[in-house]
Amino acid sequence: MATELKNDLFYTWYKIDELVKAVKSGSKTAESLVNKSLELAKKFNPEYNVVISLLEDKAISRAKKIDEKVKAGENPGRLAGVPFIAKDNFLVFGAETTAASNMLKGFIAPYQATAIERLESEGAICIAKANLDALAHGTSTENSDFFTTLNPHDKTRVPGGSSGGSAASVALGIVPFALGTDTGGSIRQPASFCGVIGFKPTYGLVSRSGVVAMASSTDTIGVFAQNAYDGSLVMDVMSGKDDLDSTTIEKPIKPISQLDLNLKGKKIGVVKEYFGDGLDKDVAEIVKNSINEFEKLGAEIVDISLPSLPVALAVYYIVVPAEVSSNLARHDGQRYQYSASEANDLNESYEKSRSQGFGAEAKRRIMIGTHVLSSGYYDAYYKKAQTVRTKLINEFNDAFSKVDFLAGPVAPTKAFKVGENDDDPIEMYLQDIYSVAANLVGVPAISIPCHNVSGLPVGMQLMAPQKSDASLFALAAQYGEMK
Amino acid sequence: MSKLTRDQVIRLAALSKLHLTESEIKKFQAELSRILDYVDMLDNVDVSGLEPTYQVTGLENVMRDDEVVIQQASPDELLKLLPDKKDRFIKVKRMI
Repeated sequence: MATELKNDLFYTWYKIDELVKAVKSGSKTAESLVNKSLELAKKFNPEYNVVISLLEDKAISRAKKIDEKVKAGENPGRLAGVPFIAKDNFLVFGAETTAASNMLKGFIAPYQATAIERLESEGAICIAKANLDALAHGTSTENSDFFTTLNPHDKTRVPGGSSGGSAASVALGIVPFALGTDTGGSIRQPASFCGVIGFKPTYGLVSRSGVVAMASSTDTIGVFAQNAYDGSLVMDVMSGKDDLDSTTIEKPIKPISQLDLNLKGKKIGVVKEYFGDGLDKDVAEIVKNSINEFEKLGAEIVDISLPSLPVALAVYYIVVPAEVSSNLARHDGQRYQYSASEANDLNESYEKSRSQGFGAEAKRRIMIGTHVLSSGYYDAYYKKAQTVRTKLINEFNDAFSKVDFLAGPVAPTKAFKVGENDDDPIEMYLQDIYSVAANLVGVPAISIPCHNVSGLPVGMQLMAPQKSDASLFALAAQYGEMK
Repeated sequence: MSKLTRDQVIRLAALSKLHLTESEIKKFQAELSRILDYVDMLDNVDVSGLEPTYQVTGLENVMRDDEVVIQQASPDELLKLLPDKKDRFIKVKRMI
């Protein structure tokens, strides 16, 4: 058996290293792992609405090829036979990619995301595409044009978002890992709500090629995993320069999966501004206590301040809509999937296709973005926001000259009820208040599950300087073992 | 400064190639104004002496070699994915 039961409900996979060893030795087949995953996806999906599409035939035929390689004595790769789920904004060649938006429903990807390509070339197998907030705009999956994913720990609550389907699939144990995207917290917040590890890398560590673009200067590709070792291994395989994304950076010389950090003498700065008004009392307490547990591992816990942190969300909600409005201009009813049928000329076709294909949140962001970039407002909004961004970067650099890590909560609340925030865009935006800074500054950040609060998981957020991605996994691994 | 007028909302929609219904105009006028009210907190942030940041990892002018790269998929495979075609041609809507 590849999985074992936990709490009589969720499944825990053996570590990926062990699964791969078993596949390589022939004691388990890739096909059996993929079949187990598909079986779990079919079991859980009617109840939790985790995935939009299953890639059953493709996955089984890929698994058979891996098993043939093993039999032929060839190297099947570092992730041989390991099943995974990708958020449905990753292009998988020949498969539907919707980004949970009516705009792209039915769109068949004519090429493959670099992240998927790199995982597949090491033998990993994508078994399904996960639900998200349409075009990755949202913090609950309630903004999916198709359905809302439910939280595995409480079906009356949301799993977080936008990568809610990916987070829930790892929490349920359908797969050992899943891919997400994080533009302002879209991996970390659902990881916190669902009780799994969620990692957002340094900007540019993983190619964005083949991922439906949201905001190009803050979009990152990351992972949900059941343990830190698996997450770091997956990041190691995906990372590094790519000719198809000019913002990618070199792979670190030391593998991300080499988790040998000695915490003795390392300083963790607890960010004062993260514990102000608006933070749920239970969440504050559990996060503070959990951060203090790193003392047992030899780390020193100190207080630190990032004075501009309280305005980070305002910067984010100027910069991101600006980039969203540019990136979504390509959805014009001509080049991609949805196209309004009754239009007399090109202009009318643009207008009708966009008005019918986009939901309210995309329209809000497009119009805000258009406003802050328009002549007469550009300096006051966009340029000002990008300059405050510099101030934030300087404060982070200053903080990292004093401490090795920064710590705080991931989100202001535990998982909230379905329907609780969905009529108020600002309330929904406030979910991102603690997570957006890492995106604006480009540093890596991780959500590590703390203890549960009245049955609901809560994550703590740790951030490190750019290109110190491995150290966050090392922290998570040591914390996980201590727990 | 942030309160948006009805005319501004209509103009933004036109620039965005969106057609709004009457109820959408009202809804977005209120919602967009609230969002702009929220971001107005940046007015009070002192940024004297600072330049804007557009790229966070410091990369500049990234180039690649000008070489033909053979794509993963063959033309025949790609043609199979098209929503609408005639023989080996992509069928699109009339533009003019």
